[in-house]
Order: sequence, then structure tokens, then C-alpha cells
Amino acid sequence: MNPVNYLYLSALLFTIGAAGVLLRRNAIVVFMCVELMLNACNLAFVTFGRMHDNLDGQIIAFFTMVVAACEVVVGLSIIIAIFRSRRSASVDDASLMKW
Amino acid sequence: MSPGIDFAAEVTKTSTGEALQFWVLAAVALIGALATVFMKKAVHSALALVTTMMCLAIFYLAQGAVFLGIVQIVVYTGAIMMLFLFVLMLVGVSSVDSLKETLKGQRIAAVGLGLGFGILLVAGIANASITHFTALATKTPGGRPVYPAETNDEALRAASQGNVQGLAHQIFTKYIWAFEMTSALLITAAVGAMVLAHRERLVPRKTQRELSEERVRENKQVAPLPTPGVYARHNAVDVAALLPDGSVSQLSINGTLRARGQIRDVSAEAVHSVAELESAGADADDEAWPDESDGPSSAPVPTARQEHDDADSSSGGGSGNEVAAGAGSKEGRP
Repeated sequence: MNPVNYLYLSALLFTIGAAGVLLRRNAIVVFMCVELMLNACNLAFVTFGRMHDNLDGQIIAFFTMVVAACEVVVGLSIIIAIFRSRRSASVDDASLMKW
Repeated sequence: MSPGIDFAAEVTKTSTGEALQFWVLAAVALIGALATVFMKKAVHSALALVTTMMCLAIFYLAQGAVFLGIVQIVVYTGAIMMLFLFVLMLVGVSSVDSLKETLKGQRIAAVGLGLGFGILLVAGIANASITHFTALATKTPGGRPVYPAETNDEALRAASQGNVQGLAHQIFTKYIWAFEMTSALLITAAVGAMVLAHRERLVPRKTQRELSEERVRENKQVAPLPTPGVYARHNAVDVAALLPDGSVSQLSINGTLRARGQIRDVSAEAVHSVAELESAGADADDEAWPDESDGPSSAPVPTARQEHDDADSSSGGGSGNEVAAGAGSKEGRP
């Protein structure tokens, strides 16, 4: 197997995640799709790091994980705050600032 | 980090074992990702995402990123996804995606964009002429990198001791500022989460007395809500109480079950059994009723007798109530 297949897999996962962000309305599912995209990026980073025989790819992936953890914490609390005021977790309902 | 390694022969193939696990787990990961997007219930999406993340963790392990593989399992599937499930239980179990399109043609456009983007990415990778992997040659079968231990490069020496040592050396030397920024980011996120999720109570919580007085004042639902399944044959929480006309009382079911659509409606069954009862009662009455006057006890009331007849005629779903009612009326008979 050519290891470049890892990159193809990562591209496919990223695409599925992006399509999910565009398709789904439930804010939490949208969020999970964002996580999927981040994970796909991590896989690409690790594979690139292996390709070039250095650890930088793994370190970037590590930092991505940290940022993703922060993002999840803040994002989920925003969802909870919105749910409290609107009793809904649908992204369609948060349209107060819509032009 | 290793431009100096000249013994890294160019290799284009992984081991057969790795190829096998890749093809198996890649399929699982893709199915998990698709399920994340297309599952109707958010909890199922979350579980599918956990599957995908586990597969990715195994890919990291297979590629020699041991630390990341373990962190992926512990932090991602263990902590972050559980946080997702927590919030789901708090917020979204009852919320189903609306199928109404707010923007016209958005769904089709999204699918088209996704496909186009995917084709672009895959074509880009295929065009990039990646022919060899340097790292593959420097790995022993165990996956542990073999670096010249006598090198002057400290990073290389750290990396030769193992994945974690190599990462630690890099993080605390080359990436120390990024690492420090990370700590600031984590603190900010923690404070932000507390600010956003904390709710300031503006008015004091209402006591039970105040709530009941309020109910009486509004004269709306003064009595307690009806309890589910308050009739002899069913007493499960998902069986709605029946109103006098045989229809279902929505109020008697917990709001979460109602939102999930998990109400077990037995009203038709009940109407049917009442009809059965009435037809059976017509001929049973002739012999049953006269006996009651000279029975040992006058305890059984007509309703208990009806329950007994009901149990006889429909011979199924034996609940405690039924048996008690039956026993009561049996006593009434000689």
C-alpha cells in the first residue's frame, strides 16, 4: 500500500465533515462535523510528518487537539446559552442578527 | 529535523499488515463519518463519530505517533465526545432536525459543493507526485525510529529514545511559545465556558407554596397533572392516561418521552376491550348478577367484576391490578 492513501482518507473525511456542516441544522451535530474535519486534518498532519521523517507534523496535530478542546468547551457553552434563551438547538432559530 | 540522515532509503510501500489494517479501518472510519452526517438522532451521530475517532487513533499508532494515538483515545473519545453526549442529554435529545429548507436549494448546493471540494482535494493529492516516504526506511519493525545515537543533534537523540521523548524535546524547545500560548488559550476557554454557561438568577426561586398559589390564581391545571397509565391494564410510564372519551391525555406523559414520540397509545385497544366487555357482559350478567345478593361478601363492586370479565375474555397481559381485581370479584361468587 502506498502511504499516500492516508492522505486520501483524510481528504474524504474532511469533505464529509464539511458537507455535514452545510447540511445539518442541529447545532450539536454541526459541531461534531467540525470535529470530524479537525480530526481529518490531524491525520494529514501525522502522515505528512511521517513522510518527511520529522516530528513537527505530530506536534502540530497535538496543538490542533488542544485548540479543538478549547473550541468544544466554548462552543458547547454557547449552544447551552442559546438553548436556554430560545429552547432550541437548531441553527435556524438563532437568526436575530439576520439581515 | 533530519536532513542529515542519508541512510533513509526511499521506500514507497508499507508493510502488508499495515495495508490490511488500513483498508479495513478506513472503511469503518468512512462509514462512521457518513453515519455522523446522516444519522437522524444526534446521539447516534455522536456514537458514529466515536467510531471514526477510534479508527483514527489506530492510524496514528500505526504511523508511529504513539503519543497522539493515546491522546486521541483519552482526550477525544474519552473527554470531548463525552462532553458532547452530556450537552446532548442536556439540550438536544428531543430536538430533531427540521427538514424545512430555510434557504432555497441549500441542500443541493451543499452536496454539490461537498462533492466538488472532495474531488478537488483528492485530485490535488494525486497530482502532488508524492512518490516516497523517507520515514518508512528508518523504522524498525516495531515502529520505533532508529536514529544515530552518536549524533550531535539533541532533537535527534531525544527522538531516538522514543516518540514521547522526541515530542517533549520539540515542544519545550522549538515550540515553547506555542505551548505557552496554549496555556493562555486553555485558561481563556475555561473562563469563557464559565461565563457563558453560568446563569445569573435575577429573581429568587419560587417556593412550592408560591407555585401552588399561582396555579390557583390562574385557575389553570389546579389539580396535579394526570399520572400515566392509570387504568387497570397498563401502568408503564410511556402509556398515556385515557380521557373519558377514550382519547389519549398528552399531559400524563413526561415531556421528554412526548418529544421523542415514545408514547405507547393503547386507547384503541382499550376501546376494543370495552366493546368486547359489553358484548360479553350482556349474556354474563344474567347468571352473574343474581349470585351476588347471597354471596359471602358484598365487597366486589361492579367495576371489579367488569375487570374480571375483561381478564377472562382477553387472556393476556397479566398485570398485578388485573389479578387483584379478579380475586376480588371471585370472592363475590359462590
